[in-house]
Parts: sequence; C-alpha cells; structure tokens
Amino acid sequence: MPAVSKGDGMRGLAVFISDIRNCKSKEAEIKRINKELANIRSKFKGDKALDGYSKKKYVCKLLFIFLLGHDIDFGHMEAVNLLSSNKYTEKQIGYLFISVLVNSNSELIRLINNAIKNDLSSRNPTFMCLALHCIANVGSREMAEAFAGEIPRILVAGDTMDSVKQSAALCLLRLYKASPDLVLMGEWTSRVVHLLNDQSCMSVQRSILPLPHCLYPLDFNPSPPFLLQIVSSASTDLQDYTYYFVPAPWLSCKLLRLLQCYPPPEDGAVKGRLVECLETILNKAQEPPKSKKVQHSNAKNAILFEAISLIIHYDSEPNLLVRACNQLGQFLQHRETNLRYLALESMCTLASSEFSHEAVKTHIETVINALKTERDVSVRQRAADLLYAMCDRSNAKQIVAEMLSYLETADYSIREEMVLKVAILAEKYAVDYSWYVDTILNLIRIAGDYVSEEVWYRVIQIVINRDDVQGYAAKTVFEALQAPACHENMVKVGGYILGEFGNLIAGDPRSSPLVQFNLLHSKFHLCSVPTRALLLSAYIKFINLFPETKATIQEVLRSDSQIRNSDVELQQRAVEYLKLSSIASTDVLATVLEEMPPFPERESSILAKLKKKKGPGAVSVELEDGKERGELNGGGDRGGDASTPSPSADLLGLRSTAPASGATPSAGSLLVDVFSEAGPSATSAGVNDDGFLRFVCKNNGVLFENQLLQIGIKSEYRQNLGRMYLFYGNKTSVQFVSFNTTVSCPGELQSHILQLEPLVEGGAQVQQVINIECLTDFIDAPLLNIKFRYGGALQNISLKLPVTINKFFQPTEMAAADFFQRWKQLSQPQQEAQKIFKASHGMDTEVLKAKLLGLGTALLENVDPNPENYVCAGVIQTKAQQVGCLLRLEPNAQAQVHTHKSAVNSNLQVFTQMFNVIQVWAFAGPLNDFHILVLKPFQHCFLCMLVVIIVLLEHKSSPQSKIFHS
Amino acid sequence: MHIRLHTLNQSIRFILIQNRAGKTRLAKWYMQFDDDEKQKLIEEVHAVVTVRDAKHTNFVEFRNFKIIYRRYAGLYFCICVDVTDNNLAYLEGIHNFVEVLNEYFHNVCELDLVFNFYKVYTVVDEMFLAGEIRETSQTKVLKQLLMLQSLE
Repeated sequence: MPAVSKGDGMRGLAVFISDIRNCKSKEAEIKRINKELANIRSKFKGDKALDGYSKKKYVCKLLFIFLLGHDIDFGHMEAVNLLSSNKYTEKQIGYLFISVLVNSNSELIRLINNAIKNDLSSRNPTFMCLALHCIANVGSREMAEAFAGEIPRILVAGDTMDSVKQSAALCLLRLYKASPDLVLMGEWTSRVVHLLNDQSCMSVQRSILPLPHCLYPLDFNPSPPFLLQIVSSASTDLQDYTYYFVPAPWLSCKLLRLLQCYPPPEDGAVKGRLVECLETILNKAQEPPKSKKVQHSNAKNAILFEAISLIIHYDSEPNLLVRACNQLGQFLQHRETNLRYLALESMCTLASSEFSHEAVKTHIETVINALKTERDVSVRQRAADLLYAMCDRSNAKQIVAEMLSYLETADYSIREEMVLKVAILAEKYAVDYSWYVDTILNLIRIAGDYVSEEVWYRVIQIVINRDDVQGYAAKTVFEALQAPACHENMVKVGGYILGEFGNLIAGDPRSSPLVQFNLLHSKFHLCSVPTRALLLSAYIKFINLFPETKATIQEVLRSDSQIRNSDVELQQRAVEYLKLSSIASTDVLATVLEEMPPFPERESSILAKLKKKKGPGAVSVELEDGKERGELNGGGDRGGDASTPSPSADLLGLRSTAPASGATPSAGSLLVDVFSEAGPSATSAGVNDDGFLRFVCKNNGVLFENQLLQIGIKSEYRQNLGRMYLFYGNKTSVQFVSFNTTVSCPGELQSHILQLEPLVEGGAQVQQVINIECLTDFIDAPLLNIKFRYGGALQNISLKLPVTINKFFQPTEMAAADFFQRWKQLSQPQQEAQKIFKASHGMDTEVLKAKLLGLGTALLENVDPNPENYVCAGVIQTKAQQVGCLLRLEPNAQAQVHTHKSAVNSNLQVFTQMFNVIQVWAFAGPLNDFHILVLKPFQHCFLCMLVVIIVLLEHKSSPQSKIFHS
Repeated sequence: MHIRLHTLNQSIRFILIQNRAGKTRLAKWYMQFDDDEKQKLIEEVHAVVTVRDAKHTNFVEFRNFKIIYRRYAGLYFCICVDVTDNNLAYLEGIHNFVEVLNEYFHNVCELDLVFNFYKVYTVVDEMFLAGEIRETSQTKVLKQLLMLQSLE
C-alpha cells in the first residue's frame, strides 16, 4: 500500500511549511510570508527560465500561502504554464492552483481552456481525469460553454476508461447545475441509460445515478432487477464494493433515492420485484449483525432508512409500512443516539400515512420518554415533532400535557415552535373547550414570551364564538391574574375576556366588579402601551357592564397619567372614554359597548404561522446590505413588529382580519399592476396568463417578467410525456427570500412538489424541472404559484403553466385520399366543431405554417385541392387513449365577418371546449382575418378520432359544405 | 395529467476538516461562496460542532442544511449536505475517506494533512466530485493513488 513521507518531492515546500509552523507570532508569520513572496516574485521575474520542478514548487508555496488566508495576486500565469507540462505532478499542482484560486481574467481563461482541451483529447486517462476534475471544481459558465458538448461524448465513448467515465458523468452534473441551458439532451442520453444498465462497472453506475434525471430520456424508468441483485447479494459477491460486510451501501442508497423521484411502477411484475427488494432489506435488518463494528450497522441502516423513505414515498403497501414502523420502533430504544434520532425523524413521516398511523401511535410512551430524557436537544426536537405528528383525538390530552410540561424546561431555540404546536393541537382536538382554555392559559403562564399574537387572538376568538365556555374562561383568567407576576399576554387575554364576560362571574363576592377592576388595574402600570390601550377599552366596557364601577373608573381616566399621557393613543382613549361615559345615556352606552359579535370561522391563523415557520421561510435574512444572514429554524421572525396591533384599530385593539401573513396580493407590491393589466381572458382572479397564450405554438421563451423577476421556460414533449424547465431569474441586486413555488393542477390532476432553495441571490438564476404526464384529456392548465419576499414585502405571482393538450400531439403523415376518406367519415354533426375568428395580424404563409407546426400536428402538403388551405393531422397521446385529429384552416383574404358554430355533442364537450381554447391561443394573435374553426370529435379506427376543421369563410359558401364536397 | 416537480438536489455543499482549535486542514467547496462567506461558514461550523459530545448525534442542523460530522482524535471531519440527504450514508462516507487517508499516509496524523495538503486534494477528488460520491471502493482508490504516486 502506498505511503508518503512528509512533503516528499518538494523539500523547499516542507521547509517553508515548517518555518511557518515555528513562527511564534502572527507578525513573525507575516514577515516570513512576505520574505517568501518576494523570493518567489523575483524568481518568476528573473531572466533565467525556471524549470518545471521549481515552478511547481513556487506555485505550490503560493497556494499554501493563499490557504493560510493571505491574498495572492500573481503566479496565475506560471500555474497555467504548468498545465502544459507532461509531468503528472506539475500538471496536478497547476490544476489545483487554478481550481482553488479561480481567476476571471479572460486571457487566462482562454489559456486554461486550451490546456484542458488538450488534456481531454490526450487519451491519457490520468490527464483526462485531471482536466475533468478541474472543470468539475470550477464549473464556470465559460467552461460550460467550452466543454458541455465534449464531455457527453467522452462519457459514452466505447474506448473511455471507467475512471474517466466516472469523472465525466459527475463533471457533466456540475456543468448542468451551473449552466443548465448549455447542457442539452442529445442522442447520447439513451447511451447513458445503457451505461446505467451495464452492471459490469458499478463505479460508473454510481457516478451516473446522481445525474439529474431530466438528463435521462423522457420515458426512462429505473428498473428494480439491478437493485434486487445488489440488495440480495452476499457480502462476498461485490468484493471491492463491500463495506464492512455490506454490499455496495452507497450505490444501494442512491438507487433507492432515484426511485423516489418516480411514482410507483404500474406494471404488476415490476412492482412485485420492487416489493421483494424492500422486503429483503427489512429482513436483513432483523438478521444478526455480521460485525460488531458501528460501520457495519451504519452502512446497513443507511440502506434501511433509504428503503423506508421509498416505502413512505409509495404509501401504498400497508404491510411494508407497518413493518417499517416496527423496525423504527426497535431503534427508538437503541443505545446509539444517531439511530434514535433517525428513527424519530423517519417515524414522523410514517405517522401521516393512514396505513401506519396507528402503528406509530403504539410507541407514544417511548417517544414521551425521549422528550424527557434525551441529552441532545435535536433528538428532543424530533421527539416533539413526532408527538405532534402522531397526535389525534384519542391521545391529544396526554400529548398536550406532556408537551406543556416539557415546555417548562425546553431549550429556548425550540420554544416558540412548541408553543404553536400545543396551541394547534389544543384547538384541533378540543372536545370540551374548558380544556382548551386551560391549555392556552397554561401556555401563556409557562412560556408567555413565546406566545405570539396569533395564539392569544385565537383563544379570544374561540371564547367569543362559544358561549358555553365564556363563564369558565372568565373565572379561569381571573384566577390566573391573581398570580403576583403574570405575563403581559395573560393581562391582555384577561383584560379582553373580563371586559366582555366579567359579568358572568360578578355574582361571586370574591370576584365582584370592583375586585375585577382592581385586579386588572394593578397590572396596568407594568404593561406596554398596546396592552394599556387594551385595558382602557376593557375599563369602558366595565362601565357598561357594571354601572357601580363608573365613578372609580372615571377617576382613573381623569388622572393626569391617563388624560395627559404623552402617548397620543392612550391620551385619546382616556379622553374619549371619559367623555363617552359622562354624556352618553345608558342605552347609547349599551349599544356602543355591546358584546363583540362572533368572529367568522376561518382557518386557524396559528396553523398558517407554523407552516410559515417550518417552511423555507424559517430563514430570516437582513436585506440592507444584500448579504445573506441565514439563521436556523426558530430564529428571526418572532413577534414581527409589522403585526403588532395598532392601538387605534377597534375598541379593544383586536383586529378582526387574519393577522398572520399580511400576504394579500394587494400589499402594494409591484405585481398588482401586472394583474390589473391581465386581459379579461384570465380564468381565475389574479392569475396571469398573458404569457401563457404565446406558448401554445412554441415551447421556449419568457413566460413572465416584471421589474423583479423573469421566468423563462424550456419544454419538450414526447408522446404523453413532457418535461418543463423553469428558470427563475432575480433581476434585482437583492436576494429574494422564502422563495417558494407550488404547482396545482385543477380537478383530477395531481402534482408532486419538492421545494427550491428558499434563497435566490441578486442577479442569480435558479432552475426547476417539472415532469408531466398526460393521463387523459384536460382543459385547465396547471397553475404555478410563486411566493417570495423582496425587501420585506411578500410577492405572490400566479401563472398558468403553458401545458395544453396540443403539446401531446404526435404528427401523422397521410396521403390525400386517406385524409379525405377519414374526413368524410366524420359526417355527424357532433363529430366536428368549427369556429370563425378574426385574426389581428397579417396572414403570412410562413407564419401560418410555423404556427400550425408549432401546434404539434403534421402539416400535409399537396392534400387539399385548394392550395390556399392548410390541412394537418396528428394524434393526441394521452395515457388513457389516443385521439386522432384532422384539422383544416382556410384563410380568407376577402375578410368577411361571419360567425358559424356547429352543434356540439354534450358528451364530447371536453374536446370542443379544448379546441375553442386552442383557436384563441393559436391564431388570435398573428392573423388578421376571419376564420372558422370547425371541431369534429368522432369514433374511428383507433379509440376515438377527433376532426378539427379550421376553415376560412369564403363569401357565402358554407365552409362545411365545401369541405364535405371536396 | 400527472405532474412531478423536482429540483436538482445538490448533495454535498462543502467538506471541512478542522482541528479543535478551529484551524482548517481542508476546505473543499461544491457551491459558490465568496471568501468572506467561506470564512464565516468555517467559523460557524467550528462553533456548532465542537460543543457537542459523544452522547450527541453526529448530525447537526445548520442554516438550511445539515452537517454530518465525525471526530477523529483532534480532527473534525464535516460534510454539509441537504436536510433530506441520507445521514448514515454520509457518516460512513467520511469514515471511508478517513480509512483511505489512513492507508495512504500510513497512520495518518494531522501533520500529514498539513505537509501534504496538495495530495489531500487529490484523494478528495478521487472519492468526491461535483458534490457527489465518486468512488467508494478503497481498493480502487488506493490503487489509483499508488499509480499517481509513481508518476513524476
């Protein structure tokens, strides 16, 4: 086995490093470095040409100095010179220097790229790998431009060595991440899949798997036999790839991860084999370990956890889900902290599956114990997450009680989230609301600082809406306020509830009106201005509820500290309330100060807050200097000032609008302008489909643009599959935060969504890929929703994704006789549809042809006897069926206004509507005449055939008659 | 219609080897950071990792990512990955890497990494590339390193 002695090869370097290490002070180090820099500079500038060895040594010293944290502003050229050396060690140092000290000098880049090019074509595998590693490490756009075409060729070439293929595959991955537009799918993709299935070289497979599967062919589906072979192989089979008796653990994990990018296989046999694999993995977990080493169990469990992720991803095999849960249950008590942590984390997702929810619940005691006893806060956090996930009506009281008691000692970093969770569970599973009120008040008592407005607003809303709990709530807050030090949030809730419902407990002499008032007022001076404002409102409500307190309260209002308070809001309230209580009659007072009406029911604002916290938005960022200041979950946005209630909002300072997000699109954002410009064709409010229309006949371009953001798309379709690349470009110099996109498909459509990175740097572009499968015909396009924060303001954009049925057209060539025979067979009125429409631009033949081809059909030449007309044919490919379509467009140069609509059979309305839309999309723009679109769905030799006739009106003759008689 | 939306997962964001005092022995970046940001990351990682003891997990949440780390004598080997990545696979990825270093340098110690820093980069590139695991077979990696060692 190789062994290297210290600094062999370059004695001068070793001496220099020793010198640096022996420096007693920072100053001495800098002195030594400056001496060395001067020496190197003079060598580089000297008249004598340096030999390769010296050059290598000095470049390496410069690199060392740079890595110590000093600036290096020379030596790049010498490093580039080393690249053309034919000695490996010199070349290696040259490439290393360039990879670490990336330089943007264009002349230098040209030289570097030239050297890389030479090495790539050298057929020397060592040099090729060095060059590829350099590209992979730098990954600049210039390199992508220079080599994105070359690397796939190296990857699939038959004579490339395996180690070079490994590097080429990952190099391609890097270029793809940096410049996705430059790495294009080509004919080599099928050969990549071929490599993937070549089981003779596992390392190449391992390197190809991470390639984004958008680089695989559209119809690629990973097959399980290979996986089965690995997971069931004996540890001796794979020799080099067996790690502590576990065969190919990293490859297995990557394969299982890749499968999670796909839906469960529909082929029963394939699915059966896959289930067999997963069972094998679960079985192996039960076998006695082949080694006591932690490496053995870690490698084995790495595969197991990945398999469980896949089982959860499929969420369709109850047996596997329950087995997974039992396995994780064993880990919950394992002596390895890592395993306990991972089991809690993984079980959290199992809890949300209907098949395993009950199985997860059986571990409640263990999880509660973990919450109490784990030493690592991150493990306790996972336990809390799991308790939250497994909570339902049957165990809510126990879980909430445990969480509350944990809160007393919980780590500060997770308190706010815990508070939100308790509040949500208490509300969601409250059977009797007195328990709910108790829980929330306990929450305020234990962790008042972490109780956000959403939480205490919510308890008040619920008390107001449920009269069965009002008396209990009044009694409980009254008792809670007795505590000598009670949290300000408790005072707020207390003030509000007693102001509304104090009368319900006033019969008891221990809580007579005056006692209530004195209790509240004893807290007054310790409170902040908004709370005092709220209390003043409670006082005026008291005057109405309890006339006997009027004199006392008026006295308080009249005091200098109220009526001359320096805070305008407090002063105004004091003055107005005093006046109101003095001049208004009892009736007027009773009307003005009537009990608050019930709040409209809506989704809990707390839930929205938790979602926001858990989502990518959990990162708070300071925007002033445009620099990223990411924080861990739980940092940042607690108690945002923006949502502090304005004291002047309403009588009790409680706004009735949802306070959580402030996310209304009318938040004064620039986008409002965009929406208001959207044409009347928008199908749902706020959805921008301007850009949408332009994509009916094309696949690439800019879908959306405003001052902040540009969204470009590239898409490709084959049969019933499609893939769309979305490029989000930040046009500003400031980072977008909480960047979040979702795709929703109306009706029967489904979507699987993974989130983007939540941050988009100023000037940066991020990419997202959507895979599309057309299952059956559809009308509504999927909606893309984009949310992000720019300079603190939430931006919300909704766009229709340009996925239209015609994207799934497969062009069909046919001869004239065939065409018209089929055409005539579509003779029933319900088999056709037509539309006459005006085109707004010129009727240029080439433009028209391009449009029709863009529509996806085949443009049939020499078919129609009238050369002015265009006829097309295509088959729409959906998973459920194939629909043949014939289409005819007759431009009318004479421009006569005429509208004509054929009868539409109701059960084929889908198609008719669909083509109505296509007509608008496809032709309303560029043509400027009147046309008729005739749509004809019908039954034919394949499943169903649809004829589309797009006809130009020729004076008086009916387009239909013309067609059918031709 | 069935729609899947996914983003490119980049697995490894960076690899750091630090000693207990916080001196960096290797920093390999698989994402673009400017120099100030790198320095900040190095300091933050040191701060979160060194306070943990043997009873803690080998995983720690870090910004929007997580750090998988393992301590060998006075050195911390840290890999920063996506939160959804497989913890144990990367934990053993570290160990695999350390075993290769150990074999290559014959009982590796911190000083080997200092004096042969330029060779450590070669070892890393053999085993990790473009933020992915490139080669996991110790036999193959060592054979390749031995071959490179023999070149001049």
